[in-house]
Amino acid sequence: MRFTCLPIVAAVCAATLALPASAQTIFPLGHAEILAGSRFDLKVEFPAVVDAGAARLTINGKDAASVLGRKPELIEREDGKDVSSLILRGASLSKPGQYTVTASDGSHSKTVVWNVYGTKTKPAAKNVILFIGDGFSIAQRTAARMLSKGYEDGKLKGKLAMDEMPYMALLTTQGTDSIVTDSANAAHAYTTGHKSCVNALGVYCSRAANSLDHPKVETIAELAKRQGLAVGAVTNSEIEDATPASMVSHTRRRSDYNDIVKMFYDSKIDVMMGGGSPNFLPKSTPGSKRTDDVDYIEQFKSAGYNFVTTKTEMNAAASDAKTTRLLGLYNTGNVDGALDLKFLKKGTVSKFPDQPDVVEEMKAAIKVLSRNKKGFVLMVESARIDKYAHSLDPERSIYDAIMLDDAVKAAKDWAKANGNNTMILVTADHTHPVSIIGTVNDDAPGEDMRNKVGTYEDAGFPNYPAPDADGYPDKVDVSRRVRMVFGTYPDYYETFRPYMDGENVPAIKNADGVMVANEKYKDVPGAVFRVGNLPNKGARAANQGVHSGDDVILTAMGPGADKVHGQLENSDLFRIMAEALALSPQGKAAK
Amino acid sequence: MKLSSRSASGALRRWSFFLLLGCLLPFGAQAAELLTFDGLYKSNTVLGLKFADRTLALKGQTVRLRGYMAPPLKPESNFFVLTHEPVAICPFCSSDAEWPVDIVVVYADKAVIPTNFSVRIEVEGTLEVGSFIDPTTGFVSQLRLRDSVFHKIN
Repeated sequence: MRFTCLPIVAAVCAATLALPASAQTIFPLGHAEILAGSRFDLKVEFPAVVDAGAARLTINGKDAASVLGRKPELIEREDGKDVSSLILRGASLSKPGQYTVTASDGSHSKTVVWNVYGTKTKPAAKNVILFIGDGFSIAQRTAARMLSKGYEDGKLKGKLAMDEMPYMALLTTQGTDSIVTDSANAAHAYTTGHKSCVNALGVYCSRAANSLDHPKVETIAELAKRQGLAVGAVTNSEIEDATPASMVSHTRRRSDYNDIVKMFYDSKIDVMMGGGSPNFLPKSTPGSKRTDDVDYIEQFKSAGYNFVTTKTEMNAAASDAKTTRLLGLYNTGNVDGALDLKFLKKGTVSKFPDQPDVVEEMKAAIKVLSRNKKGFVLMVESARIDKYAHSLDPERSIYDAIMLDDAVKAAKDWAKANGNNTMILVTADHTHPVSIIGTVNDDAPGEDMRNKVGTYEDAGFPNYPAPDADGYPDKVDVSRRVRMVFGTYPDYYETFRPYMDGENVPAIKNADGVMVANEKYKDVPGAVFRVGNLPNKGARAANQGVHSGDDVILTAMGPGADKVHGQLENSDLFRIMAEALALSPQGKAAK
Repeated sequence: MKLSSRSASGALRRWSFFLLLGCLLPFGAQAAELLTFDGLYKSNTVLGLKFADRTLALKGQTVRLRGYMAPPLKPESNFFVLTHEPVAICPFCSSDAEWPVDIVVVYADKAVIPTNFSVRIEVEGTLEVGSFIDPTTGFVSQLRLRDSVFHKIN
């Protein structure tokens, strides 16, 4: 496409000189790393209305239409506003190299540079298993070791399965909008290789009014399906939640659950497991959260999915050699975490007594996915490490970190027994401001709980009972327990104890709209009031702890994992997976 | 107490019921039936909720229900969500995605002045059963109390 400033439109060109000085924005943004052959929406946003004769877009000095094979469309008044945009949906660049993209409105121009990279034609790895501990920070990792391995003579008696992997890197997690990210944008970086902003999945954050209209980028699930691989996502959150949704979704707003269910359906990925059934049910069904009458359970069944709602059904379906597509929904909300599911039986365990844990989900998923002889990509999320860190509930967060490691161990065992051609990656999407500072010792002298906090040599070692075969101590409210503290919090009552009756709810909104401490814990013996250090009023008032912007750890093994070292951007993880699987579309898949 | 009168025989049955109830209750007690969150449904499964027979039988009648007011989705609204336990709203969520399934939507006669969200309240209103999308918020509900009044309880 080439729009030039002809004399006949001189008046229009002159008018453009009066445009505001703010530059146009080009999507994908500058510094984008783009997999050769992957699909992306190209969008140029002009700061004012631009005449078709004035808008000009070039790639490496050539007209963009000639490079991309199609002409971008000029939207003269985007969303009815006095701004114009150029859009080309589903563009792709098949030849690796550096691309200089320049957009001009006749008087102002903006240039960005993209790096397009290819992959080998032959994959190094047959399968990829990506583990995401949501909000999994150093403190939960350290505590998981402490509880599941224990110490002797000052040394750990064992290592976590994720510790015994040869490659490690630090990943930075910032996005295009902020130094601190959320689970949507963070997972998006892993599944697309592009940086975006908080709440976004599979899109760049543009000015589009509709959350589904933002410039899309292709996900690893879509690319893998194009190559004929099987794809799965299993979690103990709702399946529509940000991390699993990042495999298939394209929305600026992670809370578009009903749209995300449709995106899962349209993606036809082979295995999906988690909670969150209400968004699959037609609105006429009591308990539905849909706003239409589409019955997605029936839709999935018609598309050949085996649908299961309990662990027993899941295991039976996975063991059936004919099962190649499996949808498992085990809870209306999140699947219960390990501490409730296995020991305390709180949360929703009485309502949903036969839920699988993440390890069991993963084993079933691998059984089904490995029936595809070309290989598979599987995302495994231990989601509630994060949710319990938000709710300032250390023990539940730590038990779910142990569960994550159990899943890693099972995956390593499977990979070893099945050809050693599986790349295994274990990481977090972002951190929480959490730290291990010692122990709480109920037997220490004095009444005040703060004087029972042991620091330095007084911390000693906690006295959890020896762990069971899965690494869990069967008693969490021991007399000398680990003290994991949170750096951010709303007003709340600090109890210095595990929450044996159910997940902590630290704060709630009062009648004036201010977040205040939940008085439920006021009368717990020894509870003290803590003044929060987060906003308690307005749109960003916090009822829980928030994420931090620290680096996350990535550990890796298997073919292609040697690229994991040093410090990387979180979006680099996508490239490592794409290269290991040779995902750059070629041949039929490129069409 | 309000009485809807869809049919004379229905009204007669209800009158009989309340006359009987009146005999059993001490003088001055409220006559509207007190429902519980646990009793609203006979089952709550992944495939949806099934209303209890009693819930269906009381459709259109005035009932009472105790729970917690969730922070309103919209200021100066006559609409709020009643939950079994106090709800801490996800700060990133603007939709109904994070809500528990077993909620009851309450429509008051006039704009609701929010109460303390950690204090249990009792709501009395006309029970409405079936899927409904609130026109202003898009919020989907299965059970509602219309023309409601509420007060704090200890």
